[in-house]
Amino acid sequence: MIRPASPSTVHDNPFMKPMEWVSLALLAAVIFLVLPLCLDAFRLNLAGKYLSYAFVALGLVICWGFGGILSLGQGVFFGLGGYCMAMYLKLEASSVENTKIQSTPGIPDFMDWNQITALPWFWKPFASLPFTLIAVIVVPALFAFVVGTAMFRRRVGGTYFAIITQAIAAILTILIVGQQGYTGGINGITDLRTLNGWDIRTDSAHNILYFVNGALLVACILFAQYVKRSKLGRILVAMRDKEDRVRFSGYSVAGFKTFAFCLAAVFAAIGGAMFTLQVGFMSPSFVGIVPSIEMVIYAAVGGRLSLFGAVWGTLLVNWAKTTFSESFPELWLFGLGGLFILVVLAFPNGLAGIYRTYVEPRLTRRAKAPESAPTALPHAAE
Amino acid sequence: MFGDYSLTDLSSIFVMQGFAGLILFSVYTLMALGLAIIFGQMGVINMAHGEFMILGAYVTYLCSGFFQTHLPALFPAYFFVAMALAFVASGALGMLVEWALIRHLYKRPLDTLLATWGLSLILQQTYRTVFGAREVGVELPSWLIGSVQVTDSIEIPINGMFVMAITTLITLGVALLMYRSRFGAQVRAVVQNRPMAGAVGIDTEKVDRLTFGLGCGIAGIAGSAFTMVGSTGPTSGQLYIVDTFLIVVFGGAASLLGTIASAFSISQTQSTLEFFLSGSTAKVITLLAVVGILMLRPQGLFTLKVRR
Repeated sequence: MIRPASPSTVHDNPFMKPMEWVSLALLAAVIFLVLPLCLDAFRLNLAGKYLSYAFVALGLVICWGFGGILSLGQGVFFGLGGYCMAMYLKLEASSVENTKIQSTPGIPDFMDWNQITALPWFWKPFASLPFTLIAVIVVPALFAFVVGTAMFRRRVGGTYFAIITQAIAAILTILIVGQQGYTGGINGITDLRTLNGWDIRTDSAHNILYFVNGALLVACILFAQYVKRSKLGRILVAMRDKEDRVRFSGYSVAGFKTFAFCLAAVFAAIGGAMFTLQVGFMSPSFVGIVPSIEMVIYAAVGGRLSLFGAVWGTLLVNWAKTTFSESFPELWLFGLGGLFILVVLAFPNGLAGIYRTYVEPRLTRRAKAPESAPTALPHAAE
Repeated sequence: MFGDYSLTDLSSIFVMQGFAGLILFSVYTLMALGLAIIFGQMGVINMAHGEFMILGAYVTYLCSGFFQTHLPALFPAYFFVAMALAFVASGALGMLVEWALIRHLYKRPLDTLLATWGLSLILQQTYRTVFGAREVGVELPSWLIGSVQVTDSIEIPINGMFVMAITTLITLGVALLMYRSRFGAQVRAVVQNRPMAGAVGIDTEKVDRLTFGLGCGIAGIAGSAFTMVGSTGPTSGQLYIVDTFLIVVFGGAASLLGTIASAFSISQTQSTLEFFLSGSTAKVITLLAVVGILMLRPQGLFTLKVRR
């Protein structure tokens, strides 16, 4: 049956489908209106912290959902971004006046406690804000590029890649905890005060940072959407489904995989930097194996194929975590463990999958009902 | 780093650290054996492997308590009963998990990883609820306490030797089972060509379940042996899981010999370095070396050519 072309179907590949614009508007409304209006300053800061995890989930949708590369080391990139930012903030907080009681004034307090008398060379450039902002992006991207190139060139993928990224997360955590004098050890880098002279500990600063965080998240979603709709996004999906065919068609599979991995790393790093700014510290407990794999569940609950789903999943899991671990700390691990199993066994496409299978067909039917044209099938899940 | 020690000191250090490394090697080997069977033969990533090991450790702890209060006369021999029970408990739980969870996910290895991670969280919380968050240790029978003085500067603990003896026996048993028995032939047939194995009348589902149960059961024995040298807490299993996976991958997933060789090299490197550097640096260097080598040679040390 030939339907008359409605305006939305004139372009064959629009940037976003109408329903996706609706999803974006809904998400933006919740982030910029509903949450700020309904929550007090403390809870809003908490929501901002959750949203900084959503960057990681977004990266995982690109890398794992579309590309089929499961990285269990996203905490590494979250941590690298966060630590770059924290190093800058710490240096600013450790000015000579602030630290004059130390035996060596002008260096971070934990270095002084560990009998280090001069700033290590790799800390020095972080005194500059522009350098720090570049480093937040470039350091994780370079690291991901090196790891990705080494692995994907040799056609390491799937479970092997997951195990090796997990090992990298373990190594980095042990390194940070062990090198206390240079990294702040298990406590991490704490007592961060100002960003280029602006006090980040006040409620108004938290508010502003929340909105900056939200805007960055929406920007990242749009960029991810751009990647998804581009030819590159299609190649990623093709690679996930039949890697050999893509290779035999002449594409450099390793290059595309490395790109997806690097993009996920950059997203995670932006999230890490925003996390540090909003929460006011960074510690190895956001780098290791446990947080890294928890970040995977955000994307899995939201739907590993849905950019918006990943954000909702992150908010939902973290909200549940805070609520349950406040009132029933014993139950939370059972809940989280059960969630992993349930999502994998029953809802492999997460919330977005449930929406596409159950809610969207009804909405479409209701929308179509007045026109009495019951032929429209729900478009295939992406 | 060698400058401050004389030659005889150095040789003693190497022997003692080598022996400490051998104990670590024994625990690693036992854990990695189970994982090599599950991951290497079946391709399933079992992130809850550490928790199966801890189950064995808790069974041993319960046994030690039971024998102390009810059967003090048999206490010196309780360990053998505990080990058998640990094998049965972990193996049975493993088969249950395979039936309830894993068999639905054979086509989706990455999802198995997430599901078994969820399982490991649930098991950890269960242990915490049942046994408490504090670490528990077992009472060793008197014949396992003490050490043998070899020379003036070298002494070797008896419990360490016992763990090594058990590891050797179990490894031999697994090797015989996998390469000399009918069951082993079936397992290898299923790994090499599943449809063909099914066509000649092997019940592949049953083989899968038994293989998974066997791997978990060996993890239980590993946990049982682990109580001889360390104390057990709800999250102790998680500490070992990354190392164990690296050992299996480093050795070449499908090769038992490779698993043993890589467990040996990793544990020896780590314990020797530990004496000269801090524990964390030693671990970082060891793991970095393994990851570095794996990046250059992803198939691991020993490889088995398999038609997939």
